[in-house]
Amino acid sequence: MDIKNMKNYLYWLFCQFELITCSYLMEPWEKVLFYTFNITMLFMVLYTAYIYVPTHISMAFQFCLHLFGNQHENAVSIVK
Amino acid sequence: VNHIVHNGGLYKRPFNEAFEETPMLVAVLTYLGYGVLTLFGYLRDFMRQWKIEKCQNATEREEQKDFVPLYQDFENFYTRNLYMRIRDSWNRPICSVPGAKVDMMERVSHDYNWTFTYTGRVIKGVINMGSYNYLGFAQKAGTCQKAAAKVLSQYGAGVCSTRQEMGNLDKHEELEKLVARFLGVESAMTYGMGFATNSMNIPALVGKGCLILSDELNHASLVLGARLSGATIRIFKHNNMQSLEKLLKDAIVHGQPRTRRPWKKILILVEGIYSMEGSIVRLPEVIALKKKYKSYLYLDEAHSIGALGPRGRGVVDYFGLNPEDVDVMMGTFTKSFGAAGGYIGGKKELIDYLRICSHSAVYATSMSPPVVEQIITSVKCIMGEDGATVGKARVQQLAENTRYFRRRLKEMGFIIYGNEDSPIVPLMLYMPAKIGAFGREMLKRNIGVVVVGFPATPIIESRARFCLSATHTKEMLDRTLKEVDEVGDLLQLKYSRHRLVPLLDRPFDETTYEETED
Repeated sequence: MDIKNMKNYLYWLFCQFELITCSYLMEPWEKVLFYTFNITMLFMVLYTAYIYVPTHISMAFQFCLHLFGNQHENAVSIVK
Repeated sequence: VNHIVHNGGLYKRPFNEAFEETPMLVAVLTYLGYGVLTLFGYLRDFMRQWKIEKCQNATEREEQKDFVPLYQDFENFYTRNLYMRIRDSWNRPICSVPGAKVDMMERVSHDYNWTFTYTGRVIKGVINMGSYNYLGFAQKAGTCQKAAAKVLSQYGAGVCSTRQEMGNLDKHEELEKLVARFLGVESAMTYGMGFATNSMNIPALVGKGCLILSDELNHASLVLGARLSGATIRIFKHNNMQSLEKLLKDAIVHGQPRTRRPWKKILILVEGIYSMEGSIVRLPEVIALKKKYKSYLYLDEAHSIGALGPRGRGVVDYFGLNPEDVDVMMGTFTKSFGAAGGYIGGKKELIDYLRICSHSAVYATSMSPPVVEQIITSVKCIMGEDGATVGKARVQQLAENTRYFRRRLKEMGFIIYGNEDSPIVPLMLYMPAKIGAFGREMLKRNIGVVVVGFPATPIIESRARFCLSATHTKEMLDRTLKEVDEVGDLLQLKYSRHRLVPLLDRPFDETTYEETED
């Protein structure tokens, strides 16, 4: 029963996507073109994210550590 | 928010008008949708140009390719690429009298709305929410029909002449006296076509050297009449009295553009009910401004005559004002009276002048006798002079239907434009795909609605327009509301961010309501 509700809900979500992007009005070959373009762009974005985001996050983390590291040393010297 | 009334002393009853703002996300998504469709439109135009796809719309002939292009502007681009995709919601053929219920011919399209074929089936009993049938006189049986049939056999169908030549029948004189009595004016004149009443009589009233102040959202007939007259036209914001007063002040102070002479006449053009917004004109304030700045008022009551007011006499009756304050009262018989044609009412000197100088009286054929009889019978019915109380009951039923329908739709969470008392209910759709989807889904559920998009409305504010009728019973309204609720959930149309507290089950009272922010 839950699977059926889930499938209905997903179908309804897909219908909302179709209405908002006006692919509800397109002929089948236009829909194929539109979905191909969208899925390609989405795939490229996700692939780029998969490759570059961990590197960016670790670089940002190191930068933050560098900042905090300096502050810690300064604080220690003043206390002394 | 809705009860604050400026110039409160002029209004004898609360003036509740609301135009909720478009939610930002919805506006962005609507532009996105139109952007996608525009890109695909360019693609299809490219394919048609390079003969990859067959061109099914109108194009210039080969010999005319070097002339000025006819089909390159935005409106034609829109028609070819956007309107054609959802065209099956318009021009639906009906095959019965369009009363509260109507029969429609079923049609399918195999090439995406370029051509239609009829399956042969007739969809019976579609609830008609699109006809301007406010008082329900679109009937095929009853006193109006009997009287019209009798006059048809007596006078024939056509007049074949203009009013000034051989086309002035005694029926026309009778009708004009009756219309003048109905409106409360000295004299009236009737014409065969409502659009022509506006476009042919405004040039007779104003000319060069006069100023026309016209509302932003006036009908095409008023705009055409104003442009044909040759007067200077200035536009004020829709129903905005501050904008109108500023224009009046500027006109009186500065006069005509180069010579600074005073204007010969200043004519204010407004409508009683605006059919795309469902808003009612602020008539008490307009009349106060007109008297202060000594200008003239032309009121087009096409939709409000018969539909507003406790006695059905239009927007002047609704506000409880004196009909002599309005200089030119114009209206049509197409909507509430179930006939065709228009009228102009006013002082006797004005109407006598129009009988001589109106373009319509000189050149247009006069009204056909059965149509005249239909109007006479329906006006007498509304006034109650035929002895029965049918007219008064219908006027009251329309007011009840209006308030009930609007309140229920607002409670459900749709964005509804316009005044609480107007029988025209625009429900906002915004997105182009939802325009087509709404029309089709409602027809699947046996309800016929009119959906409107560009160019009748601004491009993102497309809407579905319900026109209520006195012949809609409560069961029909409840069924329509149930289906609209269902379709609204299916298509996610409940954009309103103000939530009304639902009233307890009190039938058709004039009540106030609390508004809570969501």
